[in-house]
Amino acid sequence: MSEIFTKGMARNIYYGGGFFFLLLLVGLTLDTLRELPQRDHRENITESVARGKAVWEENNCIGCHSLMGEGAYFAPELANVYDRYGNGNEAAFAQFMQSWMAMQPLPTEGRRKMPQFHLSKEQVDDLSAFLIWTSRINDNDWPPNREG
Amino acid sequence: MKFESQRVAKPYFIFALMLFVGQILFGLILGLQYIVGDFLFPYIPFNVARMVHTNLLIVWLLFGFMGASYYLVPEESDTELHSPWLAKATFWVFAAAGVATILGYLLVPYGELAELTMNHLLPTMGREFLEQPTITKIGIVIVCLAFIYNIGMTVLKGRKTVINMVLITGLVGLAVFFLFSFYNPANLVLDKFFWWWVVHLWVEGVWELILGAILAFVLIKVTGVDREVIEKWLYVIIALALISGLIGMGHHYFWIGPGPYWLWLGSIFSALEPVPFFMMVLFAFRVVSQRRHQHGNRVATLWALGTAVMAFLGAGVWGFIHTLAPVNYYTHGSQITAAHGHLAFFGAYAMIVMCIISYAMPIMRGRPQGNPAVAQKLETFAFWTMCISMLGITLALTVAGAWQVALQRLPESGALSFMNTQAKLIPVFWVREAFGLVFATGLVAYLASFFVGQKAAVNTYVVETHATEAAGEFKAQGACCGSCK
Ligand code: HEC
Ligand code: HEM
Ligand code: HEM
Ligand SMILES: [Fe+2]
Repeated sequence: MSEIFTKGMARNIYYGGGFFFLLLLVGLTLDTLRELPQRDHRENITESVARGKAVWEENNCIGCHSLMGEGAYFAPELANVYDRYGNGNEAAFAQFMQSWMAMQPLPTEGRRKMPQFHLSKEQVDDLSAFLIWTSRINDNDWPPNREG
Repeated sequence: MKFESQRVAKPYFIFALMLFVGQILFGLILGLQYIVGDFLFPYIPFNVARMVHTNLLIVWLLFGFMGASYYLVPEESDTELHSPWLAKATFWVFAAAGVATILGYLLVPYGELAELTMNHLLPTMGREFLEQPTITKIGIVIVCLAFIYNIGMTVLKGRKTVINMVLITGLVGLAVFFLFSFYNPANLVLDKFFWWWVVHLWVEGVWELILGAILAFVLIKVTGVDREVIEKWLYVIIALALISGLIGMGHHYFWIGPGPYWLWLGSIFSALEPVPFFMMVLFAFRVVSQRRHQHGNRVATLWALGTAVMAFLGAGVWGFIHTLAPVNYYTHGSQITAAHGHLAFFGAYAMIVMCIISYAMPIMRGRPQGNPAVAQKLETFAFWTMCISMLGITLALTVAGAWQVALQRLPESGALSFMNTQAKLIPVFWVREAFGLVFATGLVAYLASFFVGQKAAVNTYVVETHATEAAGEFKAQGACCGSCK
């Protein structure tokens, strides 16, 4: 690099630039936090939804599935599983979840496996509530189609 | 080696490599489970193997960073490490906590582990990469604090070189951003939003400072190029990394709830993120071409150049291909993501740790001019085997990802389901697994390189000799070990 561009200038860009963009990030974060309530519909986070999230986490569902495109890529996306199987009917989806969770693991040889988690009926209902709430987050229209 | 206390780095490096072996073993299990879905089921379900694979990766990289710091900070500061005793103690605490956590994953179902460790008191488990029980996370924080205290005190009492300051800023950032792993609200959007403050701000923020500092250190040592030149490059690289990478975090905010302006901010700033990685390539090759002496440890130079190139490919090129919002809309959470994750983590962080090990380990073993020729030859073979097979894994996953997008995401009607798409990709997953086996061979060769040519080494240098003595001897012969630079 040329002599006109000195180490002191490089250092100032580092400290100045780093600090400025960190501040900008904090500012944008505050703005996003302000607008999120309209997009995540947090008024619908019932106790059941919150418990469902805990069941989701304590059984590490994210270790096989993705949720809003994040997680593992071994098993289907679940942020839109309600759209895929619920047909807009919450009770029907909750019913589907009860039977799906009870059926695991499916016996097909060589097929990818989902374990049996031995969850109670209430826990599965909580999971359904959590997945239904998740499916309604405004996520700029992702995924492209219902297959996730 | 200038100071006796630098030697505490050794157990860190050795343990890091042991964990690396475990990581690859579980990687191969995962790769096979992708094809033979019920392989090892129900003993090791996929999610368990994945946790072990990714957590071992993160922990061995942390051991590597710590070893690197304990080695280079005393030398840069020109003083003994503040407390070698504390460094040894934290090694054992961290190693024990790490092993216990991995055993916990393998021996009890995750749900029971959560209960056992009382996750409900402060729920932090069950999120990707942050699966560790809360008590382990607290342990990590304590270990990091002790480590940073030790390194910080050493810097304070000694020379404050640019490399030292950049490294310690990176390490403090690492610890500070890890604190976001304790924030886990019931609102999934907020949870995800701040989850990235750990993950993205690590790999595309503060870890880049650590990477830059270690790379600059090794380059000074093996080339003898003037510090002033190297420091200027280092500042420019990390400045660009932060300027692009902080707002570049927006490339994760496209589809998880935040508003549409992130589509623009994330795309534009993250599109600039390859620039610092490209600068790193220029930097490494420029410095090596201007070298003042030919260091006897040639393979360390190869690792330094290789790290820059592979980091640019993995983070820069494979990051760029899916970072623009209109592309990411289709590739988000597909095998393309996995392709990028592998090449970036390997090229940038696994390789920089192997780079500093390649430079420092021979010195700590009393070989200031590097390992004997046979050992370096084997290590060079291992270098190429691992790099090429990792490129093979990446290309296979890229093909899988593109195909997945074409079958499952692009069609507006008649798209294949996730499971049916995966079934179609099986031939490509075999190719990935085959390259994985080649990678494992490369790793075995790498480990073997530590044990070959022992006799030659003993003849040339007296093992366990005082490094400074050996360095003096070599200077008399016109060679230089770099330690005095
Ligand atoms: C070890 C991996 C694994 C874990 C852990 C796992 N799953 Fe699954 N899951 C799968 C696989 C594989 C499928 C696809 C099964 C099939 O189609 O045969 C699946 C399918 C599903 C489906 C149906 C999706 C669809 O579109 O067909 C739901 C719902 C589901 N899982 C929920 C859960 C929940 C809730 C948890 C956590 C309590 C969980 N899974 C944990 C592997 C896993
Ligand atoms: C050697 C053979 C390897 C194989 C077969 C392998 C296989 C896998 C598989 C199947 C996954 C899970 C993907 C999913 O979620 O569905 C995974 C995840 C991951 N592996 Fe590997 N791996 C290997 C080596 C490595 C190496 C060397 C590194 C880095 C140094 C690495 C880093 C990662 C990372 C970062 C993830 C998480 C990826 C993400 O979330 O996108 N792996 N690996
Ligand atoms: C060494 C530096 C980097 C590492 C180690 C790294 C690693 C990773 C990993 C592991 C993921 C998957 C996260 C998950 O599981 O959800 C990821 C995602 C991503 N990375 Fe990187 N990355 C690096 C640099 C970059 C750069 C420089 C860019 C852009 C140019 C980039 C663009 C992306 C994008 C867009 C995603 C999201 C993928 C998706 O939508 O699924 N990365 N990265
Ligand atoms: Fe990122």
